[in-house]
Amino acid sequence: MDLSAINPVLLIASLMVAATPILIAAIGELVVEKSGVLNLGVEGMMITGAIAGFATAVETGSPLLGFFAAAFAGAALSVLFGFLTQFAKANQVASGLALTLFGLGLSALMGQSYVGVKPPQMGDIHIPVLSDLPVVGPILFGHDIILYFGIALTAAVWALLKFSRAGLILRAVGENHDAAHALGYKVIRIRLMAILFGGACAGVGGAYISLIRVPQWTEGMTAGVGWIALALVVFASWKPWRALLGAYLFGGVTVVQLNLQAAGVAIPVEYLAMSPYVITIIVLVILSADKSSAPAALGRNFHASR
Amino acid sequence: MKLNKLLTSAAVALGLATGAVAADDKTKVGFVYVGPVGDGGWTYEHDQGRKAVVAEFGDKVETVYVENVAEGPDAERVMTQMALEGADLIFTTSFGYMDPTINVAKKFPNVKFEHATGYKRADNVSTYSARFYEGRAVQGHIAGNLTESNIVGYIGSYPIPEVIRGINSAYLHAKKVNPDVEFKIVWAFTWFDPAKEADAAKVLIEQGADVILQHTDSTAPQAAAQAAGNVYTFGQASDMAEYAPKPRVSSIIDDWAPYYIARTQAVMDGSWESTDTWDGIGAGMVKIGEITDAVPAAVKEEALALKASLADGSYHAFTGPIKKQDGSDWLAEGETADDGTLAGMNFFVEGIQGDIPQ
Repeated sequence: MDLSAINPVLLIASLMVAATPILIAAIGELVVEKSGVLNLGVEGMMITGAIAGFATAVETGSPLLGFFAAAFAGAALSVLFGFLTQFAKANQVASGLALTLFGLGLSALMGQSYVGVKPPQMGDIHIPVLSDLPVVGPILFGHDIILYFGIALTAAVWALLKFSRAGLILRAVGENHDAAHALGYKVIRIRLMAILFGGACAGVGGAYISLIRVPQWTEGMTAGVGWIALALVVFASWKPWRALLGAYLFGGVTVVQLNLQAAGVAIPVEYLAMSPYVITIIVLVILSADKSSAPAALGRNFHASR
Repeated sequence: MKLNKLLTSAAVALGLATGAVAADDKTKVGFVYVGPVGDGGWTYEHDQGRKAVVAEFGDKVETVYVENVAEGPDAERVMTQMALEGADLIFTTSFGYMDPTINVAKKFPNVKFEHATGYKRADNVSTYSARFYEGRAVQGHIAGNLTESNIVGYIGSYPIPEVIRGINSAYLHAKKVNPDVEFKIVWAFTWFDPAKEADAAKVLIEQGADVILQHTDSTAPQAAAQAAGNVYTFGQASDMAEYAPKPRVSSIIDDWAPYYIARTQAVMDGSWESTDTWDGIGAGMVKIGEITDAVPAAVKEEALALKASLADGSYHAFTGPIKKQDGSDWLAEGETADDGTLAGMNFFVEGIQGDIPQ
């Protein structure tokens, strides 16, 4: 065993990278659920965003354009879900699952000519002086721009939900759509906007995997991250900062367990392999003891005639 | 992910079942894959083998395949569906399909099964595998020469004999040319998960490894090594030449095509028998991808000589004296390992740090 081989600074820096796709997708889904809609299609939207972003980045040579395309692709896929659940009144759970299967198939089809292609590199931001600081530099000032975007997004969504009128309306729709409707708010329109936002976030999260975390395209490469993001929203009691904590915790334990293995720590590897899931769940369950409950109208379809 | 795999394979199985009224004059060959055919590694090469069968026999064969089949009850159902649908020969291409293959084979005595990398056989179940450890000896030789930090990272998938054999072979040959070399081993517990493989590679690089060997199926470690800049990798299962000349400096390539063609032919002739095939570099089942110019010319020459001696049988990758990790004797001076021990290898050789997960 050689724990000194683990560099805590590099470890924190890489856990932030590992956490970012989960965080961005989870924040998007959090907004969707706050509006009273349960979209289980996160995995499908992420993988679609991953290939759309990858393909665009390769064709245009610009990773940033890739992220825009990924947001668009995720949102476009979520339109399908929005139409099914908001207008056709389809069951949200079934529609979401179908969206995941559809997204996985679609992305495999779209990605066929991109296997083995290398995307343009997204450079890390390098701020003179600040990035060169010991310890703080690599952790706080040495990342790509999307990672900071994820943190900013968390702050923005938190502020919006807590302090703004728009946030209040969104929450009202999620808690009691009939009352919101009676007050004159356009329930369907607000929910559609939330669904679009969630789709765009999932797309960006997926593209983060294919453009930055792994830089390549392979079928099924999101490998369940969308499902983890979904679970995270519930365990975080629909609170943005807790979603951030949960994502970092999950990413952190994932990276730590690989580090421990490489350093030869004598804990059975199976325990290490499951630890990210177990520890994240335990911490978030303890945190959720404050009885913050789910939006009351979560998963229920709204029809104005009732 | 589990659920979606389940639903996909169920849907595919259903699709297979409905198309069951195929003409009987064709020989129907089924393939069960553990990953997607676009993984660029293991499953990709098996599918190349399938395509070679189609190219060889044309209209006389019909091939079907199901990709992304989880190793478990799913596999059993997919195989059952293939057999019900009239497949004459089914290749199951992952170690975890061993028991499902045996179970399904019992129910369909007239269907021939071929299981890759397993050790359980029956009258209608053959096994076949390649001596990848011969290729790993060559890679270990190159790795031992290239490393400057003397730390070689190794991404293992599951702690099964196949993978352990590869680690031992690579270590022994790295050690031979570089007595100070040390292996850091990370178990990913997956055959295919690009994000996890990339993380594993990054962790190994952060902990000082400047050469990475892998026994997982995607090219994510190559991408991570490329980002790090000064790290060498090897192609696994496929050539992965898109990462040449650096970080990928050589590769082990599986070539299943001749075997798949021969076995399909045997079914057509009625000469098929349950066999155990284990071929290496000599028979062409294992190939060494081009050693790039990133490797010093002298090392390249030695590696090619090693490859030649493995191919003509004048040298065995496990030649004594070799001790086990616990210090007990395994092979005496000049003694070579027998296939039985190799097939069930569950121990590290002396010098490797760490335990094998049980």
